[in-house]
Amino acid sequence: MIEIQNIHKRFDNNKVLKNISCIFNEGQTNLIIGESGSGKTTLIKILVGLYKHDYGSVLFHGQDVGKMKTKQTRKLRQEIGMLFQGGALYDYMTVEENIMFPLTMFTSKNEQEMIDRVNFCLKRVNLENKNELMPSELSGGMKKRVAIARAIVMQPKYLFCDEPNSGLDPKTAIVIDNLIKEITEEYNITTIINTHDMNSVMQIGEKIAFIHKGELWWEGRKEEIIKSKNDELTNFVFASDLFNRLRTS
Amino acid sequence: MLKLLKHIGLYFIMMKKVISVPEKPKAFKKQFVLELEKIGLQSIGIVLFISFFVGGVVSIQTALNLQNPLLPTYLIGLASRDSLILEFSPTMISLILAGKVGSSIASEIGSMRVSEQIDALEIMGVNSASFLILPKIIASMFFFPCLVILSMAIGMIGAWVGGLSVDVTTSDFLYGLQYEFVPFYVTYAIIKTLFFAFLVSSISSYFGYHSKGGAISVGKSSTEAVVYSSIFILVFNFILTKIILA
Repeated sequence: MIEIQNIHKRFDNNKVLKNISCIFNEGQTNLIIGESGSGKTTLIKILVGLYKHDYGSVLFHGQDVGKMKTKQTRKLRQEIGMLFQGGALYDYMTVEENIMFPLTMFTSKNEQEMIDRVNFCLKRVNLENKNELMPSELSGGMKKRVAIARAIVMQPKYLFCDEPNSGLDPKTAIVIDNLIKEITEEYNITTIINTHDMNSVMQIGEKIAFIHKGELWWEGRKEEIIKSKNDELTNFVFASDLFNRLRTS
Repeated sequence: MLKLLKHIGLYFIMMKKVISVPEKPKAFKKQFVLELEKIGLQSIGIVLFISFFVGGVVSIQTALNLQNPLLPTYLIGLASRDSLILEFSPTMISLILAGKVGSSIASEIGSMRVSEQIDALEIMGVNSASFLILPKIIASMFFFPCLVILSMAIGMIGAWVGGLSVDVTTSDFLYGLQYEFVPFYVTYAIIKTLFFAFLVSSISSYFGYHSKGGAISVGKSSTEAVVYSSIFILVFNFILTKIILA
Protein backbone atom coordinates (compact mmCIF):
# COMPACT_ATOMS: atom_id res chain seq x y z
CA MET A 1 0.00 0.00 0.00
CA ILE A 2 1.18 3.51 -0.80
CA GLU A 3 -0.09 6.40 1.25
CA ILE A 4 0.44 10.11 0.82
CA GLN A 5 -0.32 12.51 3.64
CA ASN A 6 -0.77 16.28 3.34
CA ILE A 7 1.48 16.70 0.33
CA HIS A 8 2.31 20.26 -0.65
CA LYS A 9 4.49 21.30 -3.55
CA ARG A 10 5.27 24.65 -5.09
CA PHE A 11 7.54 25.75 -7.93
CA ASP A 12 8.67 29.32 -7.20
CA ASN A 13 5.40 31.12 -6.45
CA ASN A 14 3.20 28.58 -8.17
CA LYS A 15 1.45 26.21 -5.75
CA VAL A 16 1.12 23.00 -7.73
CA LEU A 17 -0.13 20.60 -5.06
CA LYS A 18 -2.14 21.61 -2.03
CA ASN A 19 -2.61 19.31 0.93
CA ILE A 20 -3.13 16.04 -0.93
CA SER A 21 -3.77 12.90 1.10
CA CYS A 22 -4.67 9.63 -0.51
CA ILE A 23 -4.23 5.87 -0.22
CA PHE A 24 -3.35 3.72 -3.23
CA ASN A 25 -4.48 0.15 -2.82
CA GLU A 26 -2.13 -2.80 -3.00
CA GLY A 27 -2.38 -5.12 -6.00
CA GLN A 28 -4.80 -2.80 -7.78
CA THR A 29 -4.82 -0.39 -10.68
CA ASN A 30 -5.02 3.04 -9.10
CA LEU A 31 -5.68 5.97 -11.41
CA ILE A 32 -4.86 9.61 -10.86
CA ILE A 33 -7.03 11.63 -13.20
CA GLY A 34 -7.34 15.33 -13.91
CA GLU A 35 -7.02 17.99 -16.55
CA SER A 36 -3.67 18.94 -18.07
CA GLY A 37 -1.83 21.15 -15.59
CA SER A 38 -3.78 19.88 -12.59
CA GLY A 39 -0.62 18.50 -10.89
CA LYS A 40 -0.90 14.79 -11.78
CA THR A 41 2.62 14.47 -13.17
CA THR A 42 4.10 16.41 -10.24
CA LEU A 43 2.32 14.05 -7.84
CA ILE A 44 3.55 10.92 -9.60
CA LYS A 45 7.10 12.34 -9.70
CA ILE A 46 6.90 12.99 -5.95
CA LEU A 47 5.73 9.41 -5.44
CA VAL A 48 8.71 7.96 -7.31
CA GLY A 49 11.13 10.39 -5.67
CA LEU A 50 12.03 12.52 -8.70
CA TYR A 51 10.67 15.65 -6.98
CA LYS A 52 10.91 16.45 -3.31
CA HIS A 53 7.68 17.60 -1.69
CA ASP A 54 7.72 20.75 0.44
CA TYR A 55 5.54 19.31 3.17
CA GLY A 56 3.85 16.01 4.00
CA SER A 57 4.79 12.34 3.82
CA VAL A 58 4.96 9.56 1.27
CA LEU A 59 4.62 6.14 2.86
CA PHE A 60 5.46 2.84 1.17
CA HIS A 61 4.09 0.07 3.40
CA GLY A 62 4.05 2.48 6.31
CA GLN A 63 7.65 3.60 5.83
CA ASP A 64 8.18 7.29 5.27
CA VAL A 65 10.34 7.71 2.14
CA GLY A 66 11.59 11.07 3.40
CA LYS A 67 13.07 9.43 6.50
CA MET A 68 14.69 6.51 4.69
CA LYS A 69 18.46 6.16 4.55
CA THR A 70 20.16 6.25 1.14
CA LYS A 71 20.59 2.47 1.13
CA GLN A 72 16.89 1.93 1.88
CA THR A 73 15.86 4.44 -0.80
CA ARG A 74 18.03 2.68 -3.38
CA LYS A 75 16.53 -0.67 -2.43
CA LEU A 76 13.03 0.76 -2.70
CA ARG A 77 13.81 2.22 -6.12
CA GLN A 78 14.74 -1.21 -7.37
CA GLU A 79 11.23 -2.30 -6.43
CA ILE A 80 9.74 0.43 -8.58
CA GLY A 81 9.07 0.22 -12.29
CA MET A 82 8.10 3.29 -14.24
CA LEU A 83 6.56 3.79 -17.62
CA PHE A 84 7.18 7.30 -18.92
CA GLN A 85 4.99 9.28 -21.28
CA GLY A 86 7.46 8.97 -24.18
CA GLY A 87 8.85 5.59 -23.15
CA ALA A 88 12.24 7.08 -22.12
CA LEU A 89 14.15 4.27 -23.82
CA TYR A 90 17.90 4.78 -24.12
CA ASP A 91 18.49 5.84 -27.71
CA TYR A 92 21.91 4.27 -28.06
CA MET A 93 20.88 0.85 -26.79
CA THR A 94 19.01 -1.91 -28.59
CA VAL A 95 15.68 -3.20 -27.28
CA GLU A 96 17.52 -6.06 -25.56
CA GLU A 97 20.12 -3.77 -23.97
CA ASN A 98 17.40 -1.40 -22.77
CA ILE A 99 15.53 -4.17 -20.97
CA MET A 100 18.71 -5.79 -19.73
CA PHE A 101 20.10 -2.55 -18.32
CA PRO A 102 18.55 -2.77 -14.80
CA LEU A 103 19.69 -6.40 -14.58
CA THR A 104 23.29 -5.49 -15.43
CA MET A 105 23.27 -2.68 -12.88
CA PHE A 106 21.62 -4.39 -9.94
CA THR A 107 21.87 -8.16 -10.23
CA SER A 108 24.65 -10.68 -10.44
CA LYS A 109 22.93 -12.78 -13.09
CA ASN A 110 25.14 -14.16 -15.85
CA GLU A 111 24.69 -13.18 -19.50
CA GLN A 112 22.47 -16.17 -20.38
CA GLU A 113 20.21 -15.68 -17.35
CA MET A 114 19.77 -12.04 -18.28
CA ILE A 115 18.96 -12.85 -21.91
CA ASP A 116 16.42 -15.43 -20.76
CA ARG A 117 14.75 -12.88 -18.53
CA VAL A 118 14.72 -10.27 -21.32
CA ASN A 119 13.17 -12.76 -23.72
CA PHE A 120 10.55 -13.67 -21.13
CA CYS A 121 9.62 -10.01 -20.67
CA LEU A 122 9.56 -9.38 -24.41
CA LYS A 123 7.27 -12.36 -24.86
CA ARG A 124 5.04 -11.04 -22.11
CA VAL A 125 4.56 -7.77 -24.00
CA ASN A 126 4.17 -9.59 -27.33
CA LEU A 127 7.42 -8.35 -28.83
CA GLU A 128 9.31 -11.56 -29.40
CA ASN A 129 12.36 -11.46 -31.66
CA LYS A 130 12.63 -7.68 -31.58
CA ASN A 131 15.78 -7.84 -29.42
CA GLU A 132 18.15 -6.24 -31.88
CA LEU A 133 15.99 -3.30 -32.97
CA MET A 134 16.93 0.23 -31.96
CA PRO A 135 14.29 2.48 -30.30
CA SER A 136 14.24 4.68 -33.42
CA GLU A 137 12.98 1.67 -35.40
CA LEU A 138 9.97 1.14 -33.13
CA SER A 139 6.44 2.56 -33.41
CA GLY A 140 4.94 4.52 -30.49
CA GLY A 141 3.03 1.50 -29.21
CA MET A 142 6.06 -0.76 -29.47
CA LYS A 143 8.17 1.76 -27.54
CA LYS A 144 5.59 1.74 -24.76
CA ARG A 145 5.62 -2.06 -24.70
CA VAL A 146 9.42 -2.17 -24.52
CA ALA A 147 9.23 0.38 -21.70
CA ILE A 148 6.74 -1.88 -19.90
CA ALA A 149 9.10 -4.84 -20.40
CA ARG A 150 11.95 -2.79 -18.93
CA ALA A 151 9.73 -1.71 -16.02
CA ILE A 152 8.83 -5.30 -15.11
CA VAL A 153 12.22 -6.92 -15.72
CA MET A 154 13.24 -6.53 -12.06
CA GLN A 155 9.86 -7.89 -10.89
CA PRO A 156 8.79 -4.66 -9.24
CA LYS A 157 6.29 -4.34 -6.42
CA TYR A 158 5.12 -0.97 -7.68
CA LEU A 159 4.45 0.19 -11.22
CA PHE A 160 4.00 3.86 -12.05
CA CYS A 161 2.73 4.96 -15.45
CA ASP A 162 2.70 8.56 -16.62
CA GLU A 163 0.08 8.98 -19.32
CA PRO A 164 0.69 5.55 -20.87
CA ASN A 165 -1.77 6.21 -23.72
CA SER A 166 -0.65 9.62 -24.85
CA GLY A 167 0.13 9.77 -28.55
CA LEU A 168 -1.35 6.35 -29.28
CA ASP A 169 -4.26 5.43 -31.51
CA PRO A 170 -7.35 4.12 -29.65
CA LYS A 171 -6.70 0.49 -30.57
CA THR A 172 -3.06 0.53 -29.40
CA ALA A 173 -4.12 2.47 -26.30
CA ILE A 174 -6.46 -0.39 -25.38
CA VAL A 175 -3.65 -2.92 -25.93
CA ILE A 176 -1.38 -0.96 -23.56
CA ASP A 177 -4.17 -0.54 -20.98
CA ASN A 178 -4.95 -4.25 -21.02
CA LEU A 179 -1.28 -5.14 -20.76
CA ILE A 180 -0.84 -2.96 -17.68
CA LYS A 181 -3.96 -4.40 -16.11
CA GLU A 182 -2.90 -7.99 -16.82
CA ILE A 183 0.59 -7.42 -15.45
CA THR A 184 -0.83 -5.78 -12.32
CA GLU A 185 -3.01 -8.80 -11.62
CA GLU A 186 -0.48 -11.41 -12.69
CA TYR A 187 2.35 -10.18 -10.45
CA ASN A 188 0.18 -8.56 -7.77
CA ILE A 189 1.78 -5.17 -8.39
CA THR A 190 0.50 -1.93 -6.94
CA THR A 191 0.01 0.16 -10.06
CA ILE A 192 -0.52 3.90 -10.17
CA ILE A 193 -1.47 5.40 -13.52
CA ASN A 194 -1.63 9.04 -14.31
CA THR A 195 -4.09 9.71 -17.13
CA HIS A 196 -6.74 11.94 -18.60
CA ASP A 197 -7.98 9.22 -20.93
CA MET A 198 -11.52 8.32 -19.90
CA ASN A 199 -11.41 5.04 -21.80
CA SER A 200 -8.61 3.94 -19.47
CA VAL A 201 -10.64 5.01 -16.45
CA MET A 202 -13.61 2.93 -17.53
CA GLN A 203 -11.58 -0.01 -18.76
CA ILE A 204 -8.89 -0.64 -16.17
CA GLY A 205 -9.46 1.77 -13.28
CA GLU A 206 -10.18 0.35 -9.85
CA LYS A 207 -9.35 3.10 -7.40
CA ILE A 208 -9.69 6.62 -8.87
CA ALA A 209 -8.28 9.86 -7.47
CA PHE A 210 -9.40 13.07 -9.16
CA ILE A 211 -7.10 16.07 -8.92
CA HIS A 212 -8.30 19.53 -9.79
CA LYS A 213 -6.20 22.70 -9.55
CA GLY A 214 -3.66 20.92 -7.36
CA GLU A 215 -6.19 19.59 -4.87
CA LEU A 216 -7.73 16.17 -4.40
CA TRP A 217 -11.39 16.72 -5.20
CA TRP A 218 -12.66 13.19 -5.22
CA GLU A 219 -11.55 9.62 -4.65
CA GLY A 220 -13.44 6.37 -4.91
CA ARG A 221 -14.16 3.39 -7.08
CA LYS A 222 -14.82 3.60 -10.80
CA GLU A 223 -18.47 2.56 -10.35
CA GLU A 224 -19.05 5.46 -7.97
CA ILE A 225 -18.15 8.11 -10.54
CA ILE A 226 -21.55 7.97 -12.24
CA LYS A 227 -23.38 8.53 -8.97
CA SER A 228 -21.02 11.24 -7.85
CA LYS A 229 -22.45 14.66 -7.13
CA ASN A 230 -19.07 16.31 -7.54
CA ASP A 231 -19.63 18.73 -10.44
CA GLU A 232 -15.96 19.18 -11.27
CA LEU A 233 -15.52 15.42 -11.51
CA THR A 234 -18.58 14.79 -13.63
CA ASN A 235 -17.78 17.76 -15.89
CA PHE A 236 -14.31 16.31 -16.44
CA VAL A 237 -15.27 12.66 -16.87
CA PHE A 238 -18.31 13.30 -19.03
CA ALA A 239 -16.84 16.15 -21.05
CA SER A 240 -17.01 14.10 -24.23
CA ASP A 241 -20.33 13.79 -25.96
CA LEU A 242 -19.99 10.02 -26.17
CA PHE A 243 -19.50 9.55 -22.45
CA ASN A 244 -22.30 11.96 -21.71
CA ARG A 245 -24.69 9.99 -23.89
CA LEU A 246 -23.58 6.77 -22.23
CA ARG A 247 -24.23 8.29 -18.84
CA THR A 248 -27.73 9.46 -19.68
CA SER A 249 -28.59 6.15 -21.34
CA MET B 1 25.20 37.81 -9.82
CA LEU B 2 22.71 35.56 -8.03
CA LYS B 3 22.25 33.58 -11.22
CA LEU B 4 26.00 33.08 -11.51
CA LEU B 5 26.24 31.91 -7.89
CA LYS B 6 23.33 29.53 -8.54
CA HIS B 7 25.15 28.06 -11.55
CA ILE B 8 28.38 27.66 -9.57
CA GLY B 9 26.50 26.00 -6.70
CA LEU B 10 24.63 23.63 -9.02
CA TYR B 11 27.89 22.81 -10.84
CA PHE B 12 29.61 21.76 -7.62
CA ILE B 13 26.56 19.80 -6.42
CA MET B 14 26.59 17.94 -9.74
CA MET B 15 30.35 17.33 -9.53
CA LYS B 16 29.91 15.91 -6.03
CA LYS B 17 27.50 13.37 -7.51
CA VAL B 18 29.80 12.73 -10.48
CA ILE B 19 32.91 12.00 -8.48
CA SER B 20 31.94 8.72 -6.88
CA VAL B 21 33.11 5.17 -7.22
CA PRO B 22 31.27 3.60 -10.20
CA GLU B 23 28.54 1.24 -8.99
CA LYS B 24 29.29 -1.42 -11.57
CA PRO B 25 32.87 -1.32 -12.92
CA LYS B 26 31.78 -3.38 -15.94
CA ALA B 27 29.09 -0.87 -16.88
CA PHE B 28 31.54 1.99 -16.36
CA LYS B 29 34.11 0.32 -18.61
CA LYS B 30 31.52 -0.09 -21.34
CA GLN B 31 30.49 3.56 -21.13
CA PHE B 32 34.14 4.64 -21.04
CA VAL B 33 34.95 2.75 -24.25
CA LEU B 34 31.88 4.29 -25.94
CA GLU B 35 33.00 7.76 -24.90
CA LEU B 36 36.57 7.16 -26.07
CA GLU B 37 35.17 6.50 -29.50
CA LYS B 38 32.76 9.46 -29.52
CA ILE B 39 35.05 12.01 -27.90
CA GLY B 40 38.44 10.82 -29.10
CA LEU B 41 38.45 8.73 -32.23
CA GLN B 42 35.77 10.77 -33.97
CA SER B 43 37.79 13.96 -33.38
CA ILE B 44 41.03 12.75 -34.93
CA GLY B 45 40.09 13.78 -38.48
CA ILE B 46 39.28 17.41 -37.68
CA VAL B 47 42.35 17.75 -35.42
CA LEU B 48 44.66 16.44 -38.16
CA PHE B 49 43.11 18.64 -40.84
CA ILE B 50 43.23 21.86 -38.82
CA SER B 51 46.70 21.20 -37.38
CA PHE B 52 48.26 20.53 -40.79
CA PHE B 53 46.96 23.73 -42.37
CA VAL B 54 47.50 25.96 -39.36
CA GLY B 55 51.07 24.59 -39.07
CA GLY B 56 51.63 25.50 -42.72
CA VAL B 57 50.21 29.01 -42.28
CA VAL B 58 52.30 29.60 -39.12
CA SER B 59 55.55 28.79 -40.96
CA ILE B 60 54.63 30.90 -44.03
CA GLN B 61 53.71 33.90 -41.85
CA THR B 62 56.85 33.48 -39.75
CA ALA B 63 58.96 33.32 -42.93
CA LEU B 64 57.37 36.55 -44.21
CA ASN B 65 58.12 38.30 -40.91
CA LEU B 66 61.72 37.11 -40.84
CA GLN B 67 62.74 38.35 -44.29
CA ASN B 68 66.00 39.79 -43.05
CA PRO B 69 69.44 38.58 -44.21
CA LEU B 70 70.71 38.85 -40.63
CA LEU B 71 68.16 36.32 -39.34
CA PRO B 72 68.89 32.66 -40.04
CA THR B 73 66.12 30.72 -41.81
CA TYR B 74 66.17 27.93 -39.24
CA LEU B 75 64.34 30.37 -36.95
CA ILE B 76 61.22 29.59 -38.98
CA GLY B 77 61.33 25.98 -37.76
CA LEU B 78 62.02 27.11 -34.20
CA ALA B 79 59.22 29.72 -34.15
CA SER B 80 56.72 27.30 -35.70
CA ARG B 81 57.66 24.61 -33.17
CA ASP B 82 57.23 26.89 -30.17
CA SER B 83 53.96 28.41 -31.46
CA LEU B 84 52.53 24.96 -32.03
CA ILE B 85 53.68 23.40 -28.75
CA LEU B 86 53.04 26.33 -26.46
CA GLU B 87 49.82 27.73 -27.78
CA PHE B 88 48.24 26.40 -30.91
CA SER B 89 48.02 22.71 -30.11
CA PRO B 90 46.93 22.84 -26.44
CA THR B 91 44.76 25.97 -26.50
CA MET B 92 43.42 26.26 -30.02
CA ILE B 93 42.74 22.56 -30.38
CA SER B 94 40.98 22.58 -26.99
CA LEU B 95 38.84 25.50 -28.20
CA ILE B 96 37.99 23.56 -31.34
CA LEU B 97 37.18 20.49 -29.27
CA ALA B 98 35.02 22.67 -26.99
CA GLY B 99 32.96 23.34 -30.10
CA LYS B 100 32.86 19.80 -31.37
CA VAL B 101 32.92 17.65 -28.24
CA GLY B 102 31.34 20.20 -25.89
CA SER B 103 28.25 20.75 -28.01
CA SER B 104 27.94 17.02 -28.59
CA ILE B 105 28.11 16.25 -24.84
CA ALA B 106 25.63 19.01 -23.95
CA SER B 107 23.12 18.05 -26.63
CA GLU B 108 23.39 14.33 -25.86
CA ILE B 109 22.83 14.75 -22.12
CA GLY B 110 20.28 17.51 -22.73
CA SER B 111 18.24 15.26 -25.04
CA MET B 112 18.37 12.52 -22.44
CA ARG B 113 17.12 15.00 -19.83
CA VAL B 114 14.17 16.30 -21.85
CA SER B 115 13.16 12.83 -23.04
CA GLU B 116 13.13 11.64 -19.39
CA GLN B 117 15.93 9.10 -19.92
CA ILE B 118 17.84 10.59 -16.99
CA ASP B 119 14.70 10.36 -14.83
CA ALA B 120 14.44 6.71 -15.84
CA LEU B 121 18.00 6.12 -14.60
CA GLU B 122 17.29 7.89 -11.31
CA ILE B 123 14.13 5.87 -10.70
CA MET B 124 16.06 2.65 -11.18
CA GLY B 125 18.42 3.84 -8.44
CA VAL B 126 21.34 4.62 -10.77
CA ASN B 127 23.47 7.67 -9.96
CA SER B 128 22.76 9.29 -13.32
CA ALA B 129 25.40 12.02 -12.98
CA SER B 130 28.16 9.55 -12.28
CA PHE B 131 26.94 7.02 -14.84
CA LEU B 132 26.69 9.53 -17.69
CA ILE B 133 29.26 12.21 -16.89
CA LEU B 134 32.21 10.48 -15.22
CA PRO B 135 33.10 8.35 -18.30
CA LYS B 136 32.95 11.51 -20.46
CA ILE B 137 35.30 13.42 -18.16
CA ILE B 138 37.79 10.57 -17.88
CA ALA B 139 37.65 9.83 -21.61
CA SER B 140 38.25 13.52 -22.37
CA MET B 141 41.16 13.74 -19.94
CA PHE B 142 42.63 10.61 -21.49
CA PHE B 143 42.15 11.53 -25.14
CA PHE B 144 42.59 15.33 -25.32
CA PRO B 145 46.35 15.07 -24.55
CA CYS B 146 46.70 12.34 -27.20
CA LEU B 147 44.97 14.61 -29.73
CA VAL B 148 47.16 17.53 -28.73
CA ILE B 149 50.36 15.53 -29.17
CA LEU B 150 49.08 14.35 -32.54
CA SER B 151 48.26 17.96 -33.41
CA MET B 152 51.82 19.03 -32.54
CA ALA B 153 53.28 16.36 -34.82
CA ILE B 154 50.96 17.03 -37.76
CA GLY B 155 51.27 20.79 -37.23
CA MET B 156 55.03 20.49 -37.62
CA ILE B 157 54.62 18.49 -40.81
CA GLY B 158 52.30 21.26 -42.06
CA ALA B 159 54.89 23.84 -41.03
CA TRP B 160 57.59 21.95 -42.95
CA VAL B 161 55.39 21.86 -46.08
CA GLY B 162 54.61 25.57 -45.59
CA GLY B 163 58.32 26.26 -45.15
CA LEU B 164 59.16 24.45 -48.39
CA SER B 165 56.69 26.69 -50.23
CA VAL B 166 58.64 29.78 -49.11
CA ASP B 167 62.05 28.28 -49.90
CA VAL B 168 63.06 27.11 -46.43
CA THR B 169 65.21 24.03 -46.88
CA THR B 170 64.36 20.82 -45.05
CA SER B 171 67.70 20.75 -43.27
CA ASP B 172 67.24 24.35 -42.02
CA PHE B 173 63.72 23.62 -40.90
CA LEU B 174 64.75 20.43 -39.05
CA TYR B 175 67.69 22.22 -37.44
CA GLY B 176 65.29 24.94 -36.23
CA LEU B 177 62.86 22.33 -34.90
CA GLN B 178 65.61 20.84 -32.72
CA TYR B 179 67.37 24.08 -31.82
CA GLU B 180 67.25 24.75 -28.04
CA PHE B 181 64.28 22.50 -27.59
CA VAL B 182 62.84 22.63 -24.06
CA PRO B 183 61.07 19.33 -23.33
CA PHE B 184 59.21 20.96 -20.42
CA TYR B 185 57.14 22.91 -22.96
CA VAL B 186 55.47 19.65 -23.95
CA THR B 187 54.77 18.85 -20.28
CA TYR B 188 53.33 22.36 -19.87
CA ALA B 189 51.10 21.81 -22.93
CA ILE B 190 49.84 18.50 -21.54
CA ILE B 191 49.13 19.97 -18.11
CA LYS B 192 47.11 22.75 -19.76
CA THR B 193 45.27 20.24 -21.94
CA LEU B 194 44.29 18.11 -18.93
CA PHE B 195 42.70 21.18 -17.32
CA PHE B 196 40.97 22.13 -20.56
CA ALA B 197 39.66 18.59 -21.07
CA PHE B 198 38.16 18.63 -17.57
CA LEU B 199 36.63 22.07 -18.14
CA VAL B 200 35.12 21.23 -21.55
CA SER B 201 33.62 17.90 -20.47
CA SER B 202 32.33 19.00 -17.06
CA ILE B 203 30.95 22.39 -18.15
CA SER B 204 29.24 20.87 -21.19
CA SER B 205 27.82 18.06 -19.08
CA TYR B 206 26.56 20.63 -16.57
CA PHE B 207 24.60 22.55 -19.19
CA GLY B 208 23.21 19.36 -20.73
CA TYR B 209 22.29 17.87 -17.35
CA HIS B 210 20.36 20.99 -16.36
CA SER B 211 18.41 21.35 -19.61
CA LYS B 212 14.72 21.98 -19.10
CA GLY B 213 11.83 21.85 -21.52
CA GLY B 214 12.28 20.72 -25.10
CA ALA B 215 14.40 20.98 -28.20
CA ILE B 216 14.96 24.74 -27.86
CA SER B 217 16.39 24.22 -24.39
CA VAL B 218 18.75 21.53 -25.69
CA GLY B 219 19.98 23.91 -28.41
CA LYS B 220 20.45 26.67 -25.81
CA SER B 221 22.38 24.30 -23.52
CA SER B 222 24.61 23.29 -26.39
CA THR B 223 25.41 26.92 -27.24
CA GLU B 224 26.03 27.82 -23.58
CA ALA B 225 28.29 24.80 -23.21
CA VAL B 226 30.51 25.97 -26.07
CA VAL B 227 30.53 29.62 -24.96
CA TYR B 228 31.33 28.93 -21.30
CA SER B 229 33.86 26.18 -22.09
CA SER B 230 35.68 28.59 -24.41
CA ILE B 231 35.64 31.40 -21.84
CA PHE B 232 36.99 29.13 -19.11
CA ILE B 233 39.67 27.72 -21.43
CA LEU B 234 40.94 31.22 -22.16
CA VAL B 235 40.84 32.29 -18.51
CA PHE B 236 42.59 29.13 -17.31
CA ASN B 237 45.10 29.43 -20.17
CA PHE B 238 46.16 32.77 -18.74
CA ILE B 239 46.22 31.54 -15.13
CA LEU B 240 48.11 28.32 -15.91
CA THR B 241 50.64 30.08 -18.12
CA LYS B 242 51.29 32.59 -15.35
CA ILE B 243 51.68 29.83 -12.76
CA ILE B 244 53.71 27.36 -14.81
CA LEU B 245 55.83 29.46 -17.14
CA ALA B 246 56.20 32.89 -15.56
